[in-house]
Amino acid sequence: MSENSSKKAPSRRQFLTGAAAAGAGAVAAGAARAAGPDPLITQVQEWATGTGDGVDATPYGLPIRFEKDVVRRNVEWLTADTISSINFTPIHALDGTITPQGCAFERHHSGAIELRKEDYRLMINGLVDTPLVFTYEDLERFPRENRIYFCECAANTGMEWAGAQLNGAQFTHGMIHNMEYSGVPLRTLLEEAGVKPEGKWVYVEGADASSNGRSIPLEKAMDDVLVAFKANGEALRKEHGYPVRLVVPGWEGNMWVKWLRRVEVLEGPVESREETSKYTDTLADGTSRKWTWVMDAKSVITSPSPQAPITHGPGPLVITGLAWSGRGAITGVDVSIDGGKNWRPARLAAPGTDKALTRFYLDFEWDGSEMLLQSRAKDSTGYVQPTKAQLREVRGENSIYHNNCIQTWWVKATGEAENVEVS
Amino acid sequence: MSKFLNLLVGTALVSTFAAAPAMAEKFGLGRPALPEEIAAWDLDVSPDGTGLPAGSGSVEDGEMLFSDHCAICHGDFAEGVDNWPKLAGGQGTLADKDPLKTVGSYWPYLSTVWDYVHRSMPFGNAQTLTADDTYAIVAYILYSNDLVEDDFVLSNENFLEVEMPNADGFIIDDREEAEAHFWTDTPCMENCKESVEITMRAAVLDVTPTETRAKKVQELIRKTKPEPREDAAVEEVKAEQAAVSEEAAAPAEETAALDPELVKAGEKVFKKCKACHQVGEGAKNKTGPLLNGIVGAAAGQAEKYKYSKVMKAAAEEGLVWSEEELAAFLAKPKAYMKGTKMSFAGLKSEEDIQAVIAYLKSFPQ
Repeated sequence: MSENSSKKAPSRRQFLTGAAAAGAGAVAAGAARAAGPDPLITQVQEWATGTGDGVDATPYGLPIRFEKDVVRRNVEWLTADTISSINFTPIHALDGTITPQGCAFERHHSGAIELRKEDYRLMINGLVDTPLVFTYEDLERFPRENRIYFCECAANTGMEWAGAQLNGAQFTHGMIHNMEYSGVPLRTLLEEAGVKPEGKWVYVEGADASSNGRSIPLEKAMDDVLVAFKANGEALRKEHGYPVRLVVPGWEGNMWVKWLRRVEVLEGPVESREETSKYTDTLADGTSRKWTWVMDAKSVITSPSPQAPITHGPGPLVITGLAWSGRGAITGVDVSIDGGKNWRPARLAAPGTDKALTRFYLDFEWDGSEMLLQSRAKDSTGYVQPTKAQLREVRGENSIYHNNCIQTWWVKATGEAENVEVS
Repeated sequence: MSKFLNLLVGTALVSTFAAAPAMAEKFGLGRPALPEEIAAWDLDVSPDGTGLPAGSGSVEDGEMLFSDHCAICHGDFAEGVDNWPKLAGGQGTLADKDPLKTVGSYWPYLSTVWDYVHRSMPFGNAQTLTADDTYAIVAYILYSNDLVEDDFVLSNENFLEVEMPNADGFIIDDREEAEAHFWTDTPCMENCKESVEITMRAAVLDVTPTETRAKKVQELIRKTKPEPREDAAVEEVKAEQAAVSEEAAAPAEETAALDPELVKAGEKVFKKCKACHQVGEGAKNKTGPLLNGIVGAAAGQAEKYKYSKVMKAAAEEGLVWSEEELAAFLAKPKAYMKGTKMSFAGLKSEEDIQAVIAYLKSFPQ
């Protein structure tokens, strides 16, 4: 540091009082003043002299190596084995709304299988006029739709029921991704086979060893369910069900059957393992809710957050996060810096769309003091994201799934953040 | 059907256009599914027993089958090993703090158990159980939950007579009524509560995964790898590995006298491995690699088998399956090699380990 800069740089204390007295404008101007000529500008850099990689250096590009910490992460103690397990999207490090496939969370029940398009078959059977078998090529010949939807595991935030547990938005809220799917409406395939009047449900299953079968009411199956083979413009990744997965908009991720191989039309639900022993919600009196398919409206601040602390000190701060609802579109997000005493509306990056992630921003002047940061989503049905206390009041303390409570990050004066629960 | 067709033909002339929008457009894609194909895939079983094949199995047979195929993860008495699911116990705990949800305490339908065991279990070797085996295993799970006596035989005929304790324990999603107060539309914006206190902190619990030291070291190693120069430290490690390999390889050649009793005992222990591994003549890679000649062999050498990244890395580093290494691996595979694909919890008894190694040694090729 030059002598010049050391003289001009105010102490932290002076800085804070100065900011309060002179107002935000002065701080911004002070911050912009350079300490001395920046060698990154004044000196000719290596990359401006030589040459970089040629085309084809990476036929399929991966993120540059400086971003290698933006990856999925696993919480080992959660499950017995990684083959039947889950990991988490690094939402703390992403922006916008589309989740890149390469870091979108994975959930397998018998591991991610490798299934070639040539070996792929989809059967429609049960209460239909003509049971049918489709190849992958057949699917590509039906009229196609493109739709953006979030996929959230019912257990997202599940570890937080007991209290503040995991220190990072990736771990508390990362069982979610949001992609643009290309595929054929399930309705089209069901109509091709001809659903008989007594058919009221479909049972969908995958080609992997777990099969992960789920029952879906026919009404939903004929509404917005997609048989998808592309995500974000390219083939699905193996870990997301290549070559074909089911997309069940707004409903819990477990129903989005991967490696979809069969759709059976039935009079009633199968009551499979995944819809009885799992993905059911036990209330305080010991009875359990079943068929809790819809994901309630929810939001989380992704930055600042425990894995994304404030490193730049007081002054302009971008507070940002994600909001979504399985019932419709996000219509608004409020942000609180005092643990829910007072709220102010955040700015939606774009108007909310049906059953898809919405990005919100609060362009904020941080004075360097502690904050208890919260966000609260509201959807097009008038539903307002509840607090954990409100949820516990109705559901008791034994829930595993469907925790859509308001999240609190305790941002300290140092800029570090911690997952906390507040009264 | 023919009547319907006639009707269509009869009205087609007058109302082709009017009828079209009402009927779903067909594309003529795909082909009819054959009865054999439907039979092969349509295996699901509904609560009313639809889909159950004829067959039966006893608690007694189930105990043997359970011990062979299921106990590795679920325990001999269905009590669960480590983090693997517990299948028995927990009755009357659903309203407690931390209820124990098992087949006996929670599952509302027996059809679900039969269907899941039949189609998705054993883990790593699914769809290998016959209908009778499945009846027997389900009978044993019922017995483990004190729901049937030890002489019970489950069949497609008495299947619906079994009463599941929590059959009436479920209600259909009632969030829109029970949580109607969440639809407030205009939430509070100012002075919504008097005080705010931090009541719980994640840092106190400290269960968040951190980037481990080992991982960082590995990364550092990876980073230095592409460098053209090889410094002294790397050479040293290499030399050390070579020495270890030689040392380990030597005893493997002395396979002269194997204790036949021990080999026989090992064959029994190997049942636990059979779900995933084959050994002997005609052995192939299954969920796990074939194991012919494994004792004393270099790690990661089964042709065409897709090893885990860590196993590949260990193989590159020159790991040899000496008896000592194998024993350590078999005792606690996940602890020995974090990230291994082998989902086996480990052999608890040293005798079992020695026996199974002796058994494996009896297949030198």
